[in-house]
Amino acid sequence: MSLNSELVTINFGPQHPSMHGVFRLRVTLDGETIVDLEPVFGYLHRGTEKLAEERTYVQIVTLTDRLDYVASMSNNLAYVSAVEKLCNIEVPKRASYIRVIVAELQRIASHLMATGFLLNDLGAFGTPLMYCFREREKILDLFEILCGARITLSYMRPGGIFQDTPQEFWDDLELFLESMPNQIDELESLITGNEIVLSRTRDVGILTPEQVIDASLSGPMLRASSVKWDLRKANPYEIYDEIDFDVPIGATGDTFDRYLIRIKEMRESLKIITQCINLIKPGPVRNEDVPLIIRAPEGEAYVGIEGPKGELGFYLVSDGGISPYRCKIRAPSFINLTLLKEMTAGGKIGDLIVNFGSIDIVLGEVDR
Amino acid sequence: MYGLGLIKGLGITLKNILFLQRRNTTQYPDRKASIIDLAKLDNKNFISYAFTNPMKTLKSMMGMIVISDKVDQHPRFRGEEFSWYEERCTGCASCAKFCPLGIIKIVTDQTGKNYAEGQNYDIETFDIDIGRCMFCGLCVEACPYDALHMGSGFEEGQYKRNDLVIDVERLKKAEKKPSTWFRPQLEQKDDYSPFDEEIAWDKVGRHQKPSKKDLKNKWIRK
Repeated sequence: MSLNSELVTINFGPQHPSMHGVFRLRVTLDGETIVDLEPVFGYLHRGTEKLAEERTYVQIVTLTDRLDYVASMSNNLAYVSAVEKLCNIEVPKRASYIRVIVAELQRIASHLMATGFLLNDLGAFGTPLMYCFREREKILDLFEILCGARITLSYMRPGGIFQDTPQEFWDDLELFLESMPNQIDELESLITGNEIVLSRTRDVGILTPEQVIDASLSGPMLRASSVKWDLRKANPYEIYDEIDFDVPIGATGDTFDRYLIRIKEMRESLKIITQCINLIKPGPVRNEDVPLIIRAPEGEAYVGIEGPKGELGFYLVSDGGISPYRCKIRAPSFINLTLLKEMTAGGKIGDLIVNFGSIDIVLGEVDR
Repeated sequence: MYGLGLIKGLGITLKNILFLQRRNTTQYPDRKASIIDLAKLDNKNFISYAFTNPMKTLKSMMGMIVISDKVDQHPRFRGEEFSWYEERCTGCASCAKFCPLGIIKIVTDQTGKNYAEGQNYDIETFDIDIGRCMFCGLCVEACPYDALHMGSGFEEGQYKRNDLVIDVERLKKAEKKPSTWFRPQLEQKDDYSPFDEEIAWDKVGRHQKPSKKDLKNKWIRK
């Protein structure tokens, strides 16, 4: 006897405990198997690119905080690099080192969030997420010492950073660097060997190298599918060419690899920070020739950096005024979402949540 | 062995529950007071405090007395309740021009006391709508005379939106506890902490009056 069944279309989100932000998936199901899937977004659209057209170059720094709100430092860095390229502004050496240190700290914070929420989606409610948040809290405290804010930092300015670091920051950073490797070990021994996690994530949502390259994915998503591409190595910005670090790559490109890449990248980030602390020298942190209201020359500039989620790029077009004529943001989460259908179609609905969690999207960035 | 990973994970959770949980939890805004805390508030030895106030001692042992607790903040904390120094302000409205949201409103009176000397205008209106403020601190960065500073408080909840607009009277009356955000001269003062002491207008600035060169560097591209 065969059961007659018809396709059912359901809405995942925008208000769903497993959704990262206000995001909707229109899923067509045949029983428990996913037939078709269509992401619907725009619930958090604030028109950042349009708002940028009527603000001065320094004021836009505050807008970039709100794009990827778990990695504000990386957004700041990408934006100010684009302005510096547009206006040919030189950055003092010390500022470059501090920028790299805070960007790597932010990468650790962002990866902790990604790992915690992946586990949360898997059903490990609370515990691993709180361990990740506990470590992230230390990084946010470091940022509070630096710039008085924890999430919306507005730390960087075209031509450097806004103010030199207090001594308290370096002391706390050393304590953090001492404790963090142990905490990553603890997190890994909680998750990596866990049989439930393994059975839920191994061989789920496999992406081949050809697929990820065709869809122009970037960041941990790309590297998990054993494509060795990292903008810090391929096109070194700031002072990454002076620093020795590895680019970890995954083996199969499944969800477990995407988790493991993030853990490995956190260790590499700690290595980078340690080297930066040894190399940094006293000096100015801000180019004094840069005024508060910058009048950029006519032209255009694109700068992409390796953000925690992938290549984060700002494309600025200037018509010679005090604000950009056009500001285009290449948001990694948005582009990483494009392969969600390929990852999940044909699989079960339980795997949809796991795959979706492993992409690590932030809706502030997807909708902009 | 299958299941070993699970047992290992449970061990870590147990370790955290037993040893690390309390250390990582910050009690805010209240925490349970012990006898020692209460005695400290009364400036007494806790043994003599226990004899003189047996009821309070009993209550605190049962965890029924709470005292308010402060969270750790850093001197650069960008808080509400801006510190504004009337004596330093010239009414140039640089802060209003540089605010990304345009929430600062300044109206100056040209017939003010020092207008004849060309020093500063009388400020009639200085409204900051902190209901819309995002505390980016760019107004503080733009101020050429170090008149406006970020504050250090954060517990300014109100029931009405209009109460969130800080006007000039409130700015004058507010506690002058400026944060060291974008004020390196305050960080160089050794023992200054924005959470303990107020600071007078003549000690807060980099200079009495910026030179023309300083202002040019700040505002005009060469």
